[in-house]
Amino acid sequence: MLTATKTKELTLIQAINDGMRTVLREKDEVIILGEDVGKNGGVFRATDGLQQEFGEKRVFDTPLSEAGIIGTSIGMAMNGLLPIAEIQFLGFIYPAYEQIMTHATRMRYRSKGIFTVPLVIRAPYGAGVHAPEIHSDSVEALFTHMPGIKVVCPSTPYDAKGLLISAVEDPDPVLFLESLRSYRSVRGEVPEEKYTIEIGKGKKVREGEDVTIISWGAMMPVAMKAAEEAEKGGVTCDVIDLRTLYPIDKDIIAESVQKTGRCVIVHEAHATGGLGNDIISIINDTSFLYMKAPIERVTGADVHVPFWALENHYLPTPARVQKAIHNVINF
Amino acid sequence: MFVSEKRTNKDMEIQFPVLQVVNKDGKLVDESYKNEITEDLVRTFYRQLVCMRTLDRKAKNLQRQGRLGTYPPFEGQEAAQVGSALALDEDDWMFPTYRDHAASITFGKSYSILSSWNGRVEGNLPPEGKKILPPSVPIATQLPLATGAAMAAKFKGSKQAAIAYFGDGATSEGDFHEGLNFASVYQAPVVFFNQNNGYAISLPISKQMNSKTIAQKSIAYEITGVRLDGNDIFVVYFETKKALERARNGEGPTLIEAITWRYGAHTTADDPTKYRDQKESEKRRENDPISRLESFMKRNGYWDDAWIQKVHDEAIEEIEAAVRAMETMPPPDVNDIYDYIFETPTWTIREQKEQYMKHLRGEE
Repeated sequence: MLTATKTKELTLIQAINDGMRTVLREKDEVIILGEDVGKNGGVFRATDGLQQEFGEKRVFDTPLSEAGIIGTSIGMAMNGLLPIAEIQFLGFIYPAYEQIMTHATRMRYRSKGIFTVPLVIRAPYGAGVHAPEIHSDSVEALFTHMPGIKVVCPSTPYDAKGLLISAVEDPDPVLFLESLRSYRSVRGEVPEEKYTIEIGKGKKVREGEDVTIISWGAMMPVAMKAAEEAEKGGVTCDVIDLRTLYPIDKDIIAESVQKTGRCVIVHEAHATGGLGNDIISIINDTSFLYMKAPIERVTGADVHVPFWALENHYLPTPARVQKAIHNVINF
Repeated sequence: MFVSEKRTNKDMEIQFPVLQVVNKDGKLVDESYKNEITEDLVRTFYRQLVCMRTLDRKAKNLQRQGRLGTYPPFEGQEAAQVGSALALDEDDWMFPTYRDHAASITFGKSYSILSSWNGRVEGNLPPEGKKILPPSVPIATQLPLATGAAMAAKFKGSKQAAIAYFGDGATSEGDFHEGLNFASVYQAPVVFFNQNNGYAISLPISKQMNSKTIAQKSIAYEITGVRLDGNDIFVVYFETKKALERARNGEGPTLIEAITWRYGAHTTADDPTKYRDQKESEKRRENDPISRLESFMKRNGYWDDAWIQKVHDEAIEEIEAAVRAMETMPPPDVNDIYDYIFETPTWTIREQKEQYMKHLRGEE
């Protein structure tokens, strides 16, 4: 955790860039690869300036080939490097899914730890910026479902830098999801020095008594807005930023819902098979008798993220979250 | 179903002739390696080929007796696997498939992999310090991995090279092309060792691709392509050595197409008579890798009845010992299914393990 105090205000994407620069400086084995990450500094500028500072050997452009990026990254990770591979959009990760699921996540198991894959895969995700088709998917559950990979999803610049450094230091594969619509809209104070945030720990970002709202990533501003509105009507909310999607911090969830007895889960991904269901399971296992109302989920529907002219009809909104809060209060 | 007219592009077969050092009659047809062919090398080849064939036949029998699970035999492909594995340096990386255990046993000098066909993870573990990956099952996915391991070797300035094994069917997968393209772009020290055994389970090569050769696929990536007789252990060994040398010298990757034949089934769960006339396989024995080496030895004064007998006797003993070792392994440890998913198990895995262990102990 943080010890010194010098900070500067950064956007989410600047904090991610700062996190990568920090680990590149610290460890010679850290390399960055992906499409357009070198000279161009990434299509979102996440790797801006890194090739200039660390050279083409450590920050390099790859052919347009997601399975190739992840497959070679696995090989490099097994042979002593610490790759941070960028997949340009989470919706483009599907060609690499086989490499992730049949090699990255299984190598430790199938070799009893002789071969390991300390790999970080960064991917922007989510809708809301009028992007073309496929660019807006939120499919974290495809990864949280599968054994052998951790999934993190920071919502603030501070968490982004700390979690990114933890992900690089983690001895196992980590999928690092970045809310692309928060890249420049979310700002915050970030320490200049190195610090880490433990993977697997959520954070309570608002304290209340009546309802627990659980969310992460791109939906955090939506959850917070709904909590603020609810308070105007006299309902106070605990708001939990999950930050890590696998393994989920069950203690922070149990502690909060045992106090409030009511819970609203907000996620951008589709409802069926979505992570909200796992959170409900955790509440069921830990806190069933504390609950005063059925848990509400505010999520994307079981439909494809729409072409952008209609994407706002897909995305959870503060108004929909407020309605869910109303439902759990008035059950 | 539309089937295109078969093109007859002879150019590729001319551009990529099938290299041979020793022909099927055992005659030395390429003199360039004459000085490197020593008695020691010939005996190493012979001994290892005999051991591997003995193992493969034993494994098939064990499977029939219910002492081994589903098993993919390699009989016919021994020279391709043994010759290429013997060409490696100790510190090199090997990425085999499920049919390449003659290669991994030769390189690792251990038969422990046999137990992987009995569902034991221990079979996947290479001998101490050896960089032999567990056999890759998803077709062609190991090629980008091998390229990556080679890229890291180059990054670190080491002299390591990587070899990736794959079959003819794998050349239709995207990962084959992605692995080759990355290797070409980054000039990674990797050898892509293809065993073209003519069939991907039931699909003959003529329906797998409309190209005349696999070696010609190297042209697209501007890497060295070599087509050779995979049943000639000499050409396999010397060409793989040359490819590895080029790789170590920064001259980039090589695609080797070793033409061979699997005599038997895809696995013990497969019946090849459903899709091909097995008379063809019997005919292929005229081109057998071991008989060819035997002819060579007879022609060139390496044949010694007593030594040959000793090799066959020792092979049986060695394989029997390997089977005994497998059959006397301690029972599998149920902890293994939970303890190697992450370096430190997550709480879900810890809880699930604890719950299951309680169940096993009969506790509630």
